[in-house]
Amino acid sequence: MAEWDYLKTALAAGRIGRREFMSRAAALGVSAALADSVLAGAAFAAETPKKGGHLILGLNGAASGDSLDPATYTATFAQVLGQQLYNTLTEVDEKVKVQPALAESWEGKPGAKEWIFKLRKGVTFHNGKTLTAADVVYSLNHHRAKDSKSAAKALLASISEIKASAPDEVTITLESGNADMPYIVADYHLGIGPEGTKFDGVGTGCYILESFEPGVRARTKINPNKWRSDRGFVESVETLAINDTTARVNALISGSAHLINRVDPKTVGLLKNNKKVVVHEIAGAAHYTFPMRCDMAPFDNKDFRLAMKYAIDREAIVKTVLLGHGKVGNDQPIATFDPYYAADIPQYKFDPDKAKFHLKKSGFSGQVVLTVSDGAFTGAVDAAQLFQASAGKAGITLLIDRVPADGYWDNVWLKKPFCASYWDGRPTADQMLTVVYKSDAPWNESFWKRPDFDKLLIEARAELDPAKRKQMYHDLELMIHDDSGNIIPMFNNTIDAGASKVKGFVPTPTLQMSGYRATEKVWLEA
Amino acid sequence: MLPLVAQRVALGLLTLLAVSVLVFAGTEILPGDVATAILGQSATPEAVEAIRRSLGLEEPAALRYWHWLAGFLHGDLGNSLANGRPIIEQLDFRLKNTLFLASAAASVAVPLSVGLGILAAINQNGSFDRIVNIVSLSAISLPEFFIGYVLILLLAVKLDWFPSLSAISPEMSFGERLYDIALPAATLTLVVLAHMMRMTRAAIIGVMSHPFIEMAFLKGLPRWRIIVQHALPNALAPIINVVAINLAYLVVGVIVVEVVFVYPGIGQLMVDAVSKRDVPVVQACGLIFAGTYVGLNLLADILAILSNPLLRVPK
Repeated sequence: MAEWDYLKTALAAGRIGRREFMSRAAALGVSAALADSVLAGAAFAAETPKKGGHLILGLNGAASGDSLDPATYTATFAQVLGQQLYNTLTEVDEKVKVQPALAESWEGKPGAKEWIFKLRKGVTFHNGKTLTAADVVYSLNHHRAKDSKSAAKALLASISEIKASAPDEVTITLESGNADMPYIVADYHLGIGPEGTKFDGVGTGCYILESFEPGVRARTKINPNKWRSDRGFVESVETLAINDTTARVNALISGSAHLINRVDPKTVGLLKNNKKVVVHEIAGAAHYTFPMRCDMAPFDNKDFRLAMKYAIDREAIVKTVLLGHGKVGNDQPIATFDPYYAADIPQYKFDPDKAKFHLKKSGFSGQVVLTVSDGAFTGAVDAAQLFQASAGKAGITLLIDRVPADGYWDNVWLKKPFCASYWDGRPTADQMLTVVYKSDAPWNESFWKRPDFDKLLIEARAELDPAKRKQMYHDLELMIHDDSGNIIPMFNNTIDAGASKVKGFVPTPTLQMSGYRATEKVWLEA
Repeated sequence: MLPLVAQRVALGLLTLLAVSVLVFAGTEILPGDVATAILGQSATPEAVEAIRRSLGLEEPAALRYWHWLAGFLHGDLGNSLANGRPIIEQLDFRLKNTLFLASAAASVAVPLSVGLGILAAINQNGSFDRIVNIVSLSAISLPEFFIGYVLILLLAVKLDWFPSLSAISPEMSFGERLYDIALPAATLTLVVLAHMMRMTRAAIIGVMSHPFIEMAFLKGLPRWRIIVQHALPNALAPIINVVAINLAYLVVGVIVVEVVFVYPGIGQLMVDAVSKRDVPVVQACGLIFAGTYVGLNLLADILAILSNPLLRVPK
């Protein structure tokens, strides 16, 4: 395993830390015992964070229309800048466990319908105001308002009331129980700002905004009154918009940037040979999909859907499109690191005979059109062509309709019978299933509707017994795997990279840039 | 001569008006609108409706165009639909950057290419002429991003002489900014060099067949003096025109160079605005681009008139 050897060398050379080593070993599927024994063998100096220095981030996804309002965040630049400025009630850590942030503790009433969050005391905003429950209520309601433009609106849809039950206590009441509420309030959209403000960058984060030129750069400096001592080491930060993949890598190599996101898998090998650079790669929850609309012929036929699932060569796609930087998918969206991942579901493999069998059973003998664009995900067109070739071997005529990336989400996705799409990781299984697979989900991209699925999903959400809950998610995943119209050929790795003098970077499986919070977690060695 | 200039100016303004209608029509037929473009994959019908309402997109297109044009004439470019900030604020900084890069590139490229063109003409079919032609034609044949990446690889990554990013900011000193844009300016120079150089050479050689040049040769003047004193002034009109076109290109055609070097210029603003269906910003950028072309062409026309005694003197 080349990746495992690389990890060991990087550890011995002191290029990666203990925590990073453990989490990446786990991501590779190495047992904890083995990883521990390697750790014990390595002469290991304790890492003490160094204060000071100027950190430069080079991130993609920046546009001149970006704003600081968390409700508008859709891409990495704004997401990472936002987490410098704002805090959420809770945070999801590198092991995908929920941790306290602005809420010191929380408690769910039986049935998980009512949640009480106790706020941390003595937290102040950048403008000097002290954090109170009223600010939290205001900030969460910002996304719930009737005319809200927030992408987090759907996430909070099941909330019936948010109220300040005491000056430092917020009570959230739900229409139906949800055991994952503490995870939901960790969402990066739900940054807390002072009551009555317009979310123009004043938060409680470790960094204070100095200047912001949308689509170009933002400058922030350390918050002298930051509430947490375990974060926020560098003195000042420059977040640079570098949308071009090659330009980001050039900036990192030439020292013009210290941390970059979304490294092209093609250049990972070259970067690993460079001693001044460390690649942070982790198997993630992000995945690519080919949704088939279950409400349109021929995809309304379960046998035809199965024929398609057996007719795609996932291994070849991971090898060619992701160059091995990813994992084969199994037509259900829960990633292997998730506690509710059902490991015993049999893996779909390319099997032309089974595909032919189901095709015959379905009685369909025409052509199907797959509408794709590289705007759906990088390499979507290549993946579609590989699909076309393997489907041909199974006797299915797949035609590719290649369309421009511009307007793709508007004109193709959720409209054409068969297209390509992608999903970033969600911190909980419930969120992933609710957003894409529930019958009434606005983003139910395969238009797969199963009342028994919805019922079980809602029951699982309110179930507080872990063993029972695990069985429920197992059954839900199996339903999607067997029946839904979504083909999930692969899970892609998250690949960030940094200069070797940047220490403390721990990749997280759910989001890039260490859960978008790399800025306050890292420090610079001299 | 004045009526001639006034006529040109009037025609220029008419062109600009036509361009504004075309740009508006073009942005109207793009699929989707700002509401769906802002939300992308996260669009739900109610969120889309909410954005449309708050931006006043339910008004008919003609009315929105008229409001915008009236505002523009009063010096108010309006607010960006995507982030609500005044357009003038975004444009100001980026337009200055674009003009800065364009002037830096032009102040190297124009003298260099005209000079090389003259030398090539003096040296017609000599080895210097051939080498200059081969080098400049090779440079123009390569795509801009390729030249950019080669320069980055050699001068930024390997030799570490120049930065690979040119993300300049207002608080930098003039010298720092000049140093930061060395690579993009060099890329642009290589891209526009061949066109101006070859036009200079061709225009001069074209004039060389005239009887008055033959006369100068018969007088026994050296070739370089004939070219500089007699041929060049008569070849100025086409040279001025091609220089104007290339100057306009340096302002409006540098989007690829901006992306490669992460330069905060106006091209990136326009591309972002198109992908976000931010019509007012597209319109403003479109009009500035059109204004640059029309203005530089106007200037070229006037200079050509001035350089030609036949046109200079009224009949």
